[in-house]
Amino acid sequence: MNVEQLDIRAHMAQFAPFDDLPDELLDRLVGSVEVRYFQAGSELLVKDQEIDSLWYIRSGAVEMYFRSGRLFNRLDEGDIFGYSDLLRNRRVRYPVNAIEDTLIYFVPADVFESVCDEDDDFSEFVDTGGQRLKGTVEQQRDDSGLMTTRVRRLITRQPKMVEATTTLQEAAREMRDGNTTCVLVVDVTDTQSAYTFTGRDGRNWQLSGILTDRDFCTRVLAEGLSPETAVGDVMSSKVIVVQSDESVYEAMLSMLRNQVHHLPVLHRRQPMGVLHLSDIVRHETHSSLFLVNNIFVQNTAAQLARLSSEVQTGFVRMVADGANSEMVSRSLATIGRSFTQRLLELAESELGPPPVPYCFMVLGSMAREEPTINADQDNALVLDDRYDAEQHGEYFESLARFVCDGLDACGYAYCKGDVMAINPRWRQPLHVWKRYFTEWMDEPNGERLLHSSIFFDLAPVHGESPMVEALQDLIADLAPQRPVFLAALARNAKSRTPPLGFFRTFVMEQDGEHRKSINLKRRGTAPLTDLVRVHALACGSKAQNSFARLDDIANTKLLAEGVNERLRYAFEFLSMVRIRHQADAIEKGQEPDNSVDPENIGSRERHHLKDAFEAISNAQKFLSFRYTMPAGRQGKRTGSGKGAP
Amino acid sequence: MSRRFGFRRQAQPNWPDYLAARATQAADPRLKRYFETGLPDPATPISEVPLMAMDFETTGLDSHRHDIVSVGLVPFTLDRIRPAEGKYWVLAPRRQLSDESVAFHHITHAEVADAPDFASIIDELLAQITGRLVVVHYRQLERSFLDAAFRERVGEGLLMPMLDTMSLEARIHRQSWWARLRRWAGRPMASIRLHESRQRYHLPAYTGHHALVDSLATAELLQAQILYHYSWDTPVSALWR
Repeated sequence: MNVEQLDIRAHMAQFAPFDDLPDELLDRLVGSVEVRYFQAGSELLVKDQEIDSLWYIRSGAVEMYFRSGRLFNRLDEGDIFGYSDLLRNRRVRYPVNAIEDTLIYFVPADVFESVCDEDDDFSEFVDTGGQRLKGTVEQQRDDSGLMTTRVRRLITRQPKMVEATTTLQEAAREMRDGNTTCVLVVDVTDTQSAYTFTGRDGRNWQLSGILTDRDFCTRVLAEGLSPETAVGDVMSSKVIVVQSDESVYEAMLSMLRNQVHHLPVLHRRQPMGVLHLSDIVRHETHSSLFLVNNIFVQNTAAQLARLSSEVQTGFVRMVADGANSEMVSRSLATIGRSFTQRLLELAESELGPPPVPYCFMVLGSMAREEPTINADQDNALVLDDRYDAEQHGEYFESLARFVCDGLDACGYAYCKGDVMAINPRWRQPLHVWKRYFTEWMDEPNGERLLHSSIFFDLAPVHGESPMVEALQDLIADLAPQRPVFLAALARNAKSRTPPLGFFRTFVMEQDGEHRKSINLKRRGTAPLTDLVRVHALACGSKAQNSFARLDDIANTKLLAEGVNERLRYAFEFLSMVRIRHQADAIEKGQEPDNSVDPENIGSRERHHLKDAFEAISNAQKFLSFRYTMPAGRQGKRTGSGKGAP
Repeated sequence: MSRRFGFRRQAQPNWPDYLAARATQAADPRLKRYFETGLPDPATPISEVPLMAMDFETTGLDSHRHDIVSVGLVPFTLDRIRPAEGKYWVLAPRRQLSDESVAFHHITHAEVADAPDFASIIDELLAQITGRLVVVHYRQLERSFLDAAFRERVGEGLLMPMLDTMSLEARIHRQSWWARLRRWAGRPMASIRLHESRQRYHLPAYTGHHALVDSLATAELLQAQILYHYSWDTPVSALWR
């Protein structure tokens, strides 16, 4: 290896995923590196352009954009990009621009692919979009990102800079044209010092002041100064700055401590932008934690509805940051429950306190904490046994109406099966609910089994949660002793089969608007949650979440060794493919759905997809084996009404 | 760099004519082949010209008294630098290697003891630079040492146009009216050494004084200079010297 390649090697070896590569593979990568310099502001990759290399940032910084032009990610020294395009179809998905002068190392696609093939950790890193990002997201869950996000991520444009001799009017024009709320005042100096930076012209400059739109009000207009006054006479010369690699949290503290709203951001001593308080607020609005807090301070249903667009933004960002399916789903569940809870609080303040205690419960995917971004609402009201329809009926009808309408406005569409609290059948006292569940388990028939996939996933959201817990207890007690119910449920769980043909070929949907595609929900996650539910009910588990149910099932001997892990993996994988597919649709401005075209899936992913479907298929076969219809009940079999095989 | 003010008026050799003349005169077949290949058309945009960054480490600054101890070559274009195709040779000086230059270049007496003479790399060196415009930082050094080395071994010198990143930097930072004004006012001149020049374009710092690392550093610097101060369409003859 040549000595200048040793320098390249030493640099790459510090950064993931290269830091863990065996020497031989690292040498192969480094031996193939080509180099190019890009000026700040230039376009590195244009959307849909063909890409033939992995891009590695030796120095400088770049930004990646969504199709819509929104900022997607900011990368700097030691970061890589272009790998997902290489693995997909070698077309650029996100345009990339240099925001600093940037030196790029290129690794040709064939070398990159050979290293992917030979090193599992490396390929996992590029497959998952980077473990490092994943770690960042996990941290963000604890502190909402303020501590870990660097200031430079929030900077979106170059600062406006003027010299002290510039007139106020000229400075104001600069601010107008640049659409900024301040200008930085810089001066040429002769001596190089700790405060100077080298400008593009090779001269030494130093930051000597700042002038904000507020200053124009308080120091210019209020004082009656002429527009011809020099900026240097008016500016604040005590400039509070922040370094580009400091955390957003530190920047926020600095603003509070110094009572300023503008913080020039320096890279070493070079100004690279100005951080405004509103930038921090905007950044924070993307994090789900902030969104949840925000939900609880809204005072009308209309205000809540306005927040709903941020759910999608936050979702796309979590996916982009490499969150796993459980994190994404739980955060969506928390948000959905928060909307529901706040709507109930608002309803109560409008309608007055409830005449009898109640519990509002969510059903289906929301109860399992596995909703997707396009989830409908499924909910019901459990009322205290003192409930009297005559006296209290109107109150709870209005309450249900308020909440269900509100949820619909917030993006949780009305349930097509009418499983909602506005349906009087699902707005009943506890004793009626207990009777419902007992009947469903004692005498399963077609319609009742249809309900089982929604009603047997239930969780309290607001009100007297012991009422819903009583129902969960009842189910856990009765279900293991109802073999007929379990057998019917098992047969029902097999009605939707994974789309695998003979020889592991994909079988496409034959009906509807999504022909030639695979419905990941109908063919994947739904049958999987169905079969997990059967086992969970059989072993008396009170868990609702599919992973938690699999934990409970693992404590029994219901499944053969290794099956539990395979199902867990299949679930995580299918959910993730679906989540990525939906995030992708949102970026493109399309309606997120569950149908993917196998042609659009990389060969590696396709392989995993088949494994996942195969795991479901095997588990389904095992179901009929494990939960056989007791003799003598065959004649009463009512089937699922769905043409189960 | 001695002619501070007359830079632009300095007589430019007519390189195409010079190379054509040498192609007919050269006795050594290797040199003849090199000169016959000639240069790209002077109007060719710089972005279409194959380039070769070259750097020598020497035992001193005087080509009559000192020798080349290492040669680094890195082929590139404005689009891509190809370090993997770089070449590096350590060479035996004909004269004693002084202790100061050892400290400077990290090339030791032991390394040089077994090293070959410049004569042994002539074929490969010419093959590498044929059809490529040589890019150096401070052409006076590389040009005079290359010429002297060929005169001593082949009996004929080797002169050709070079693209000099140091003189480009000097044009920008020393010959401008502003730079002259500063100098008139007694201000220090902007440094145009390789490392300091690179800093102005926010290029990373490398461990200097290795012929191959400096070649790579020079190639990167040229890419940056062209983007900042010229364009990919600048005719190559406006840049070579």
